Amino acid sequence: MDLVFDFAAEAPKLVQLLIGVVAFLAFVGLMLLLLDRAPMKERSWLHSLLLLGPALLLLGIGLVVPGIRTTLLSFMNGDSSQFVGLDNYAWMFTQPESLTVLRNTLIWVLLVPALVTAIGLVYAVVVDKSRFESVAKSLVFLPMAISFVGAGIIWRFVYAYRPTEGDQIGLLNQVVVWLGGEPQQWLQNAPTNTLFLIVVVVWIQAGFATVVLSAAIKGIPAEIVEAARLDGASPMQMFFRVTLPSIRPALVVVLVTQSIGTLKLFDIVRTMTGGQFDTSVIANEMYNQAFRYGEAGKGAALAVFLFVLVTPIVVYQIRSLRQRREA
Amino acid sequence: MSLLSRPARLSAIAASLGLALVATGCGNSGGDTAAPSASAAGGGEAASAECAPFTEYGKFDGTTVSIYSPIRDAEADLFEQAWKPFADCTGIKITYEGTGEFEAQIQVRADAGNPPDIAFFPQPGLLERFAKAGKLKPASEKVKGLANENWSPDWVKYGTVDNTFYGAPLGASVKSFVWYSPSMFAEKGWTVPTTWADLMTLTETIAASGIKPWCAGIESGDATGWPATDWIEDIVLRDLGPDGYDQWVGHDLPFNDPKMITAVDKVGAILKNEKYVNGGYGPVKSIASTAFQEGGVPITEGKCALHRQASFYANFWPEGTKVAEDGDVFAFYLPGNDATSKPVLGAGEFVAGFSDRPEVQAVQAYLAGGDFPNRRMALGTYVSANKKVDVSKAANPIDKLSMEMLQDPSTVFRFDGSDLMPAAVGAGTFWKGMTDWINGKDTKSTLDFIEASWPKS
Repeated sequence: MDLVFDFAAEAPKLVQLLIGVVAFLAFVGLMLLLLDRAPMKERSWLHSLLLLGPALLLLGIGLVVPGIRTTLLSFMNGDSSQFVGLDNYAWMFTQPESLTVLRNTLIWVLLVPALVTAIGLVYAVVVDKSRFESVAKSLVFLPMAISFVGAGIIWRFVYAYRPTEGDQIGLLNQVVVWLGGEPQQWLQNAPTNTLFLIVVVVWIQAGFATVVLSAAIKGIPAEIVEAARLDGASPMQMFFRVTLPSIRPALVVVLVTQSIGTLKLFDIVRTMTGGQFDTSVIANEMYNQAFRYGEAGKGAALAVFLFVLVTPIVVYQIRSLRQRREA
Repeated sequence: MSLLSRPARLSAIAASLGLALVATGCGNSGGDTAAPSASAAGGGEAASAECAPFTEYGKFDGTTVSIYSPIRDAEADLFEQAWKPFADCTGIKITYEGTGEFEAQIQVRADAGNPPDIAFFPQPGLLERFAKAGKLKPASEKVKGLANENWSPDWVKYGTVDNTFYGAPLGASVKSFVWYSPSMFAEKGWTVPTTWADLMTLTETIAASGIKPWCAGIESGDATGWPATDWIEDIVLRDLGPDGYDQWVGHDLPFNDPKMITAVDKVGAILKNEKYVNGGYGPVKSIASTAFQEGGVPITEGKCALHRQASFYANFWPEGTKVAEDGDVFAFYLPGNDATSKPVLGAGEFVAGFSDRPEVQAVQAYLAGGDFPNRRMALGTYVSANKKVDVSKAANPIDKLSMEMLQDPSTVFRFDGSDLMPAAVGAGTFWKGMTDWINGKDTKSTLDFIEASWPKS
């Protein structure tokens, strides 16, 4: 197979693509035209139908129907031919292996948002108004540009193991050897290996937290800061009594996005350990069960559980958004 | 840019436009009889002689057959080269797609109503799942006849589900091999063992000489653990016999049966013994993090003496390594318990159709015949259990040895068990369990875990 893009061979697809785009534009144009011709009285009703309709339809096809179907599948057996009741959920909460998966997800969701926010916050406060602020912020933001899979591969090299007698190719083990220690198999020794995976995500995400929180800190009205200074607030008091309460909404945003992202985390675990050595998390196990083992029921049960875990966070996020708008 | 004169450029553009139109026609309406492909038309008189072997398959001008397969890159190119004459002569355009995610993607494509015409299934267990779901079409009588003629009943059985034959085997690999360095053996005065006891004595001798005798690697991305499952299968096949092996694979013998614990511990006596592994890579645990492609490489550096891996490992030696009985590396048969019993563990692909259009059946029939494997073998390393294969023309000594073993009528052949079990076990917990086992988990709880994961229905 040659790698040259063969236009002649791809022509049918390109033609289909063109037809699709033209049809879409024609449809939208026609709808807008019809809307324009509609009598004034019914226009607002038609407006909302036309503008909301497609979005609702797509949401229905892409979210609601699959959601319902997944829930139904979670009560069926592996090839979805038989109703098995709550067996899949019983499996999830009784098997030691799946309990390990749930435990790992819990560790992840407790540690990642806390570490990312804490490190991002401290970093943002420390570099705030310093001479190298922009350089320092871009440095910590750089890993954000790397995909999770890319980062996973990079860090696998960092953690790579070679026997004592050979040359180390992993940075971490080389450092350990320089300090006079024995090289370790960082990714194979449970349960600390999960922590080594968490480091990777914190490395990627800390930049995001820094940038968001730094912007929030800059948004604190100067009068408040000045008033606190005049009242003789110590740096500690400034931080806990002025900065933190002022940037609370931004903190919540960071914590919430990180929590949701961590619950869904898949790439890092998959590329670095493949879920071996007791490092699997819900999303990875869900993929394995549904797509590799042909156990659609168990995969669906894990997906539903993941959905249940994410829902309260999303609800909280929406409520706090609404409160802020009303305030 | 000026390489083409203006008229030439114009005609080139016209030609590509014409091609585009033809291609569009093919894509949209199956009824169209598109122009025959350029090479078939250009051949003329000479082509008819070349095409003589293919007349029996018929003419299917303007048809396309899609093949989806786990075989990729260089190997896939050789496949395409090998069936090109057939494709040109019959007028069938074969579009081949290799993927590294076959097991997951074939399911997605079948569920989405977009299956390929033909898939090369590397696991009979997976084939069975699709056959039982009604997604596969039974093979034609012709393919069935060819398969019975060209393969041993052991092989035909693996393409059969509930007495219906779905797909003929294609390639094969022999797994019961131990790689070693003939020069190292000669230098130290070691001899190739012929019984299991000999093998263990040799292991002890090598360990006493100061190097760790065995090296292994089971890291394989998604599929990490499979080389360790091959070890287990080889031992089960030896200790429990072919019938016991079939019972185990079919789950008539529980995974955590005491006999299984004994068999796994027998492997553990090598793979989990710090004195015996992991030559060149470190302690036992390093087996789990060493890529299987690199598992045997320390043999070439003199840091390890034995590496149990399939015939296809011939492709993974560092460049310049001579694979031959008198070369740098070669393989011997992983001994049975005594010198007379020679069960062989192996694997291969099966050509099953999601469609039964006549051109699809023609391609299946061609791949099941004797012409294709011989053509493929002429292009480079290839092993098939097809009896029509001319073993004397094998690309290298290890292929030759493998095919001799496969074609020997007294050989008891058994397919890689993890490929026969339900995917939840064979491509899941068995791999994962063995990885955990290497990483320190004890035999009993490992086998209990795998047993518990066996699908109930």
